[in-house]
Amino acid sequence: MDFLTIIQILDSTIRLATPLLLACLAGFFSERAGIFDIGLEGKMLIAAMFSAAVAYVTGSVWLGLLAGAASSVALAALHGLASITFRGNQLISGVAINFLAAGMTVVIAQDWFQLGGRTPSLFGGARFEPIILPFAEAVADVPFLGPIYAELLSGHSILVYVTFLLVPGTWWVIYRTRFGLRLRAVGENPAAVDTAGVSVVGLRYAAVAICGVLCGIAGAYLATALQAGFVKDMTAGRGFIALAALIFAKWRPWPAMWSCLLFGLLQAIALRYQNLDLGVFTVPVQAMDVLPYVLTVIILAGFVGKAIPPRAGGVPYVKER
Amino acid sequence: MANEAPAIELKGISKAFGPVQANKDISIRVMPGTIHGIIGENGAGKSTLMSILYGFYKADAGEIFISGQKTTIPDSQAAIAAGIGMVFQHFKLVENFTVLENIVLGAEDGGLLRPSLAKARKTLEELEQEYDLKVDPDAIIEQIGVGAQQRVEILKALYRQANILILDEPTGVLTPAEADQLFRILGRLREEGKTIILITHKLREIMEITDTVSVMRRGEMTATVKTSETSPEELAELMVGRKVLLQVDKTPAQPGDVILDVKNLRVVDEMGVERLRSIDLQVRAGEILGIAGVAGNGQSELLEVLGGYMDATGEVRVNGTLMPLTGAGADGRSRRESGVSHVPEDRQREGLIMDFAAWENVAFGYHDDAAYNRGVLMDNSAVRADTEAKMERFDVRPPNPALAAKNFSGGNQQKIVLAREIERNPDLLLIGQPTRGVDIGAIEFIHQQIVALRDQGKAILLVSVELEEILSLSDRVAVMFDGQIMGERLPSQTDEKELGLLMAGVSGEAA
Amino acid sequence: MDVVPKWAEVTLIPIISLLLAAIFSAIVIIAIGEDPLNALKIMVQGAFGSTYGWGYTLYYATNFMFTGLAFAVAFHASLFNIGGEGQALLGGLGVALVCLLVPWPHWTIALLFAMIGGAAFGALWAAIPAWLQAKRGSHIVITTIMFNFIGAAVLNYMLVNVLKPKGSQDPATARFAEAVHLPTLHDILAPFGIAFSKSTPANVSLFIALAACVLVWLLIWRTRLGFEIRAFGKSQSAARYAGISGVRITMIAMLISGGLAGLMAINNVMGEAERLVLNPTEGAGFLGIAVALMGRSHPFGVFLAAILFGFLYQGGAELAFFTSIPREMIIVIQALVIMFTGALDNMVRMPLERIFLALRGKEVR
Repeated sequence: MDFLTIIQILDSTIRLATPLLLACLAGFFSERAGIFDIGLEGKMLIAAMFSAAVAYVTGSVWLGLLAGAASSVALAALHGLASITFRGNQLISGVAINFLAAGMTVVIAQDWFQLGGRTPSLFGGARFEPIILPFAEAVADVPFLGPIYAELLSGHSILVYVTFLLVPGTWWVIYRTRFGLRLRAVGENPAAVDTAGVSVVGLRYAAVAICGVLCGIAGAYLATALQAGFVKDMTAGRGFIALAALIFAKWRPWPAMWSCLLFGLLQAIALRYQNLDLGVFTVPVQAMDVLPYVLTVIILAGFVGKAIPPRAGGVPYVKER
Repeated sequence: MANEAPAIELKGISKAFGPVQANKDISIRVMPGTIHGIIGENGAGKSTLMSILYGFYKADAGEIFISGQKTTIPDSQAAIAAGIGMVFQHFKLVENFTVLENIVLGAEDGGLLRPSLAKARKTLEELEQEYDLKVDPDAIIEQIGVGAQQRVEILKALYRQANILILDEPTGVLTPAEADQLFRILGRLREEGKTIILITHKLREIMEITDTVSVMRRGEMTATVKTSETSPEELAELMVGRKVLLQVDKTPAQPGDVILDVKNLRVVDEMGVERLRSIDLQVRAGEILGIAGVAGNGQSELLEVLGGYMDATGEVRVNGTLMPLTGAGADGRSRRESGVSHVPEDRQREGLIMDFAAWENVAFGYHDDAAYNRGVLMDNSAVRADTEAKMERFDVRPPNPALAAKNFSGGNQQKIVLAREIERNPDLLLIGQPTRGVDIGAIEFIHQQIVALRDQGKAILLVSVELEEILSLSDRVAVMFDGQIMGERLPSQTDEKELGLLMAGVSGEAA
Repeated sequence: MDVVPKWAEVTLIPIISLLLAAIFSAIVIIAIGEDPLNALKIMVQGAFGSTYGWGYTLYYATNFMFTGLAFAVAFHASLFNIGGEGQALLGGLGVALVCLLVPWPHWTIALLFAMIGGAAFGALWAAIPAWLQAKRGSHIVITTIMFNFIGAAVLNYMLVNVLKPKGSQDPATARFAEAVHLPTLHDILAPFGIAFSKSTPANVSLFIALAACVLVWLLIWRTRLGFEIRAFGKSQSAARYAGISGVRITMIAMLISGGLAGLMAINNVMGEAERLVLNPTEGAGFLGIAVALMGRSHPFGVFLAAILFGFLYQGGAELAFFTSIPREMIIVIQALVIMFTGALDNMVRMPLERIFLALRGKEVR
């Protein structure tokens, strides 16, 4: 495996880790506020469909992004309605949202474009184009550092850069601001927040809305940057891998980035080598596909440190006397 | 002074929960700079009233005046703005936050945390000096004691510049010494002009610290009197609405053979903390051993070990037979087979399954009994018939076996558990907090049943945090503190003061 | 206090929830320019209008009974088994191995062993998350989700690398032998002089599913084990007090649950496809969640809900044939049913509580 191949795999890792990281941070906000969300997949999917459809119709990828985020926020609001306002089962609501998105995306896309549930392919301004960082071409020939800058760091869409900047951003919001303090508190003990005179419902809806926006960007990235249009079930379990990454990271922002990069790397390798020949034995492609899930189960089993979720997670808040 | 507006005035407050009228036309005036006690039985409506004042519930009717100003309190935020602070019975703290973060939460200055925390640290130092409220601002809540947690709650209210402080049953989790410290703090607050409302069901506290006391009964305010002009007996009568038998009628015990023999019992929890330290005790047939102590000093662990569902080391013999304390045979089912019945401390979490019907709860734990089964299937009609009979004998109301446990009152729930456990004719009955959350009428009935079981020659281990109950029921009293037995006394030869010292960990010789 | 009486809790709330799901489905159908009443007519006609329709409806319903019961049993123990899909996939593998490896003399013996194989593989796939939940406290919802993906990969690997006949491009096993062919409803009903469509997959598994409904009912409501499962599900702390082992109940409930999900394979793999293909379950494992929620985890409710979803699946297929409504509309309806009956049930209950309170208030006066 030569240096350029490694660079290419890592480059592909960044592309593939981006939607995972966005969805993972989405889940981060929701779950730190005490709302479990297994509906990340569905929200990404509906955003992928709407962003591709609107980008195609308007020719503007930005309008597509907006539409994708809006559709994802709509599903997030439904999840909020079920789990915050009506104190329903958050897991069931998440399952329902995944199905709703799986069905609605095809029904709407078919009604809209009659292409069997796809959107037309996107060109030009309807897609996010790669951004060439300054001097990328000039330094490309510098040994070692040149390719790293020109190939690995340069040439991604704006969403990739924004996503990775969101990691320190999220850390700062959560640990350094009033909103972050309250958000963490409401995921640990909503009664403490309520008696301190802060609205539990308001905070949780805010968290769920942020989750919706981030899932929306993740979906839009899939359909308008990573690929050129929407196809049925195009999220392909990424929402669940993101969830796995969140658990793997024990609900913390920096580790979330590293676990998404790790899972992205696994996807990149699986994509490049169908069956990875390690000389001694051959790793089948299926093993690469399931590694994120297996790793998450191991983490959950507590064999490698204990993953303790936010204490009030999954429990609807009822005022007590 | 006489013309001063009351700090709080409530006029005609009413609140119903469905068919239950929790508060009926309640009016009350609390003067500034005083400590005002509110006393009443469980379910008298004290907590509902205070929840209305703190914005948790909206009253159906009535008005609230704060310092003479008509005020509406739709939520906690409005209550805080009106200068009201509340210390709940169950603390409302974020366990893995620091003291400082808990104090700042909801009272931040601006969007960024750093300046808020710095300011709070400074204010906290001042408050500590002013009121003698010591806590480490950087300690994590779950790592400090309950007394310190309570001080954090008080500091939270003071940080929000509360002028009126409501404390709901604040001494339930405290030792007598900690309670005294709390009362000193409250006295200091009163000197500084704060108004304090103290909700409690303990007459001693009312007499000791309050200036005025209001009595609630069945959702109504029955009287408001000056503490100096009343007596515990008068208050008790006002609470219950009739003369109360504070003493249980019973003949002297006739102790027989040793039924329960405990030697060197130890429990270490997951965190490595010793919860029981070398407990030795014996209970004989025909006697009641009362275990006194402040909640959380190992009594619950003792009951759970004896009941078979907490691991321990040491020796426990029942009727001379060694009981397994870990692994196979250390479970509730095996204990019942060995003649041990257990009425647990928390009937809603352990004794009953709240969603199960009464008849299912009567079978619960005894569902393997041959009388309840026919071959591989359960004989549900046999269980129902047995439940009907038990409900009649124990006067459970309503006598409907199909009703879910959650639909019975606290007293009737307890009677269901008691009927299930007592009628098994056990050699040893473990009973924890038998009358917690139970109305007075049922308390007398439950006490009679316990004494009757003793008179049949059964051994009874009674755990209660109510000293009065311990003193009136027990034939011997052992006091637990910090996982140890501090000493044993005969009820006739001790008093609440001596037991109080033992409960605070002052050893027998010094007391 | 229970404000809503029990009869209303088990009838009124599910029915109103279902109506709401139907109304929203109708809105979607109107939005894509079709007539919901006409759609309903086509669906009813397609699902119940002929023995052909009935055959498919009952075939789907058989799958859903197994997976619905699977979810319900675990749910009674308060275990949220989202892994029905993976367990049913592995059940398929078990059934396929049994059918392929042994030259069975007769379908009855083959079916018996296929049931054991399917249930065992399904139970095995539930056992690991169950053990991790019971012993290590690992959240079973997440582990079963993960095991769905892992199960799909295992099946994929087995089909592509192990079970695919030499020279075949199709990731599927060889056809099962003729001897293990299960009698279809056509075969079973013919001796009674009842003419039933020959070309539907409904088979003898239907009766096994019905028997499973009865057995699960007996288990949950009439046996000591069922009593313990329900007690543990309602209150783990009380179960601990009573000496009901949480580890034991968690393991048993999940093994039964996984076994039931795995049993589904006798219907779709042995009864219909007669070979193992990629994705043989087609989401039936997930649908079990909807079926159990709608049926309030009661076997009779599961039976009714399974028939209803069988109707939706068969009717929905007809819909895609005769109108511009795509097949995925079924998934939308399914999602709405889960949402309204499972997560938004308080939205229905809260107003009902108010109504019943008002009624009770009048009685008191």
